[in-house]
Amino acid sequence: MFAVDFNMAKKNIDLIKHRKKYFVFTIAVVLAGAILLSTMGLNLGIDFESGTRVDFMSEEPLTEEEIENEFAVVGLEPDDITLAGENNEQASAQFIGFLEEGEVTDIQGHFEDVFGSEPNVSTVSPQIGRELAINALIATGLAALGIVIYVAIRFEFLYGLAAITALLYDAFLVISVFSLLQLEINIPFIAAVLTVVGYSINDTIVTFDRIRENVKKEEEITSFDHLAGVVNNSLLQTLTRSLNTVITVLFAAVAIWLLGSEAITSFAFAIVIGMIAGTYSSLFFAAQLWLVWKYKVIEKERNKPVSEAEES
Amino acid sequence: MGKKWGRIGAFFAIIIAVGILISQTAFDVARSTNLGLDLQGGFEVLYELQPEDGQELTENDIQATASALNQRVDVLGVSEPSITVEGEDRIRVQLPGVEDQEEARELLSTEAELSFRDVDDNLMLSGEDLEQGGASAVFDEQNQPIVQLTLQDGQEFGEITEELYTNPPPENSLVIWLDYEEEEHAFYDEIGEADPAFLSAPSVNEPLYTDTVTIQGGFTLEEAEFLAEVLNAGSLPVQIEEVYSNAVGASLGEQALEETLFAGLVGVSLILLYMMAYYRFMGVIAAITLSVYIYLVMILFNSIQGVLTLPGIAALILGVGMAVDANILTYERIKEELKDGKSMKSAYKAGSRRALGTIIDANVTTIIAAAVLFYFGTSAVQGFAVMLIVSILTSFITAVYGSRLLLGLWINSRSLNRKYWLFGVKERDVRRGL
Repeated sequence: MFAVDFNMAKKNIDLIKHRKKYFVFTIAVVLAGAILLSTMGLNLGIDFESGTRVDFMSEEPLTEEEIENEFAVVGLEPDDITLAGENNEQASAQFIGFLEEGEVTDIQGHFEDVFGSEPNVSTVSPQIGRELAINALIATGLAALGIVIYVAIRFEFLYGLAAITALLYDAFLVISVFSLLQLEINIPFIAAVLTVVGYSINDTIVTFDRIRENVKKEEEITSFDHLAGVVNNSLLQTLTRSLNTVITVLFAAVAIWLLGSEAITSFAFAIVIGMIAGTYSSLFFAAQLWLVWKYKVIEKERNKPVSEAEES
Repeated sequence: MGKKWGRIGAFFAIIIAVGILISQTAFDVARSTNLGLDLQGGFEVLYELQPEDGQELTENDIQATASALNQRVDVLGVSEPSITVEGEDRIRVQLPGVEDQEEARELLSTEAELSFRDVDDNLMLSGEDLEQGGASAVFDEQNQPIVQLTLQDGQEFGEITEELYTNPPPENSLVIWLDYEEEEHAFYDEIGEADPAFLSAPSVNEPLYTDTVTIQGGFTLEEAEFLAEVLNAGSLPVQIEEVYSNAVGASLGEQALEETLFAGLVGVSLILLYMMAYYRFMGVIAAITLSVYIYLVMILFNSIQGVLTLPGIAALILGVGMAVDANILTYERIKEELKDGKSMKSAYKAGSRRALGTIIDANVTTIIAAAVLFYFGTSAVQGFAVMLIVSILTSFITAVYGSRLLLGLWINSRSLNRKYWLFGVKERDVRRGL
């Protein structure tokens, strides 16, 4: 019954031939992302904008009007109300700017009386969220540096460079998709991007490991097509593993996206996007990039003794 | 024949033993996991330390403030508080399960700097002159709650009262302040108020050579107990200001956790089913080692007192992915070797060996990333990194050694020889030797 076997190694698939199209596609995606980010920007959540947010839930389905009325009782007018949950029994109200401590107490008391559970009030100055984002950015940058060094020692510098380029692409794509859909950026989103980064490294290294192994078997790289053939074979040999791994991780991520708590929906969605981007970049981008760079280096080394001989 | 059944017997013995262990303790393990605020509900405040003008904040100040806050948290009776110093001048206090957030906030942020002053606000005695832990709430003759303090030096108090009692009223008052601010407070401004900023201003009618002082501030019993506890916990060496606070209602957190656990369960079940469908016999081994993996991660995570948060769950998902990946890498290699026409035993050996290098490289690179995130990151990023490191180390043990042990027992029993379908390999794909 279950006879699927992604046995691609025997099929004649060429993942290298159209590399220029992949490069153009990748660059186009990055440009589109850059345009999106500079025009629409990001929908920064309360973690990055100063304000107050009140989350609460009720036994009964809620309406926006009802919530506005309840806030009016304590003399407040929310700037934004979003309903959530299967039957709209959850809601969150956002206030730009801070609420006084007394107002927070009023809200908590009143909403507990009305809905029977204490609402969740978060106040934040954007400074903390921004610091966390900047800190995550710096830490990721340093992590990338560490990876390049390790890969340069274990493999070769060019592998590290190509892996980091793919990693940055994956993270950037996730951020761009969030800009396009104007989904809220919050602190868990940063963790999601970090997960994508971790997965991307893992995926690229597995592919590169096979390329390295197969390149070692060749005595000498005679032409670009020769090296391209080796890279293509390596990609096909690891293709089953790449697909099976992404499918299994997607099972977990999609389940949490669709079934998990409201609070981590967008977080799981970011991981789903990142997994797909990571698979694309390992299959169609990272290895091809390494191939082009590596062949340039080989050519340069080949030409060097010749030019020196000419001079002397 | 005997050896064959011995190995298969050993396999089932291990499975049954592990199965019993997990089913007997999994519930306790899950229950003893410390949940973060975003999952459990509670209250979190980030304070910024504000040294007095021109003064540098020393490492000592920060540690002293953190330990003073810690003592106050003890007063609240929170079971798993977390007080962490962040950056150079911040302290994060997390109080899971705290119900009365206003009380917690008040208790934490008061400086609790007690001072005795004369009517012209000159300092006579300060909190430093109090005996450590000498404050208590008692009742006076009228059965009014009062706070009783013990001084280090009764002689000094005697001299002060000696000086004061000769003054005409109200200049013979000894004003007791909590958190006196030089520019804000003055006795004569407050004396007319209905609710003065000072605690009390008793008249001194005779010299008092005693080390026991009482404060009659018209307290309720609760207020008196609160003040005594705050004074016993000690004052804060440095002023603090709240820069961020986050309150999570318990029921919202509870529902979030239930939904997320259910979703995680569905996700993991799908992974196990897929692995068994695709890799057949090896998939069953993978399902066993993955279950052990999740169990071990939770035990390890608890033993290092980790706090599970949403970012932690993200890292757990990534860890499951990497554990599955280690299995898949090995099985794919074994399948390749089988298709190359190798015997079951040598395909298993060569496949495991060749996959190991890849698994190590992939895991080490991710651990480097996680270690850097842990070292340079803060709060949420750190929580993610800790869980990721624990996950990767555990996945290495279960997916590499666990898998090898279990699969090895079957392979070496030779009962699987030539049963290619059990490995999801089609017989016609196997390259025949000569």
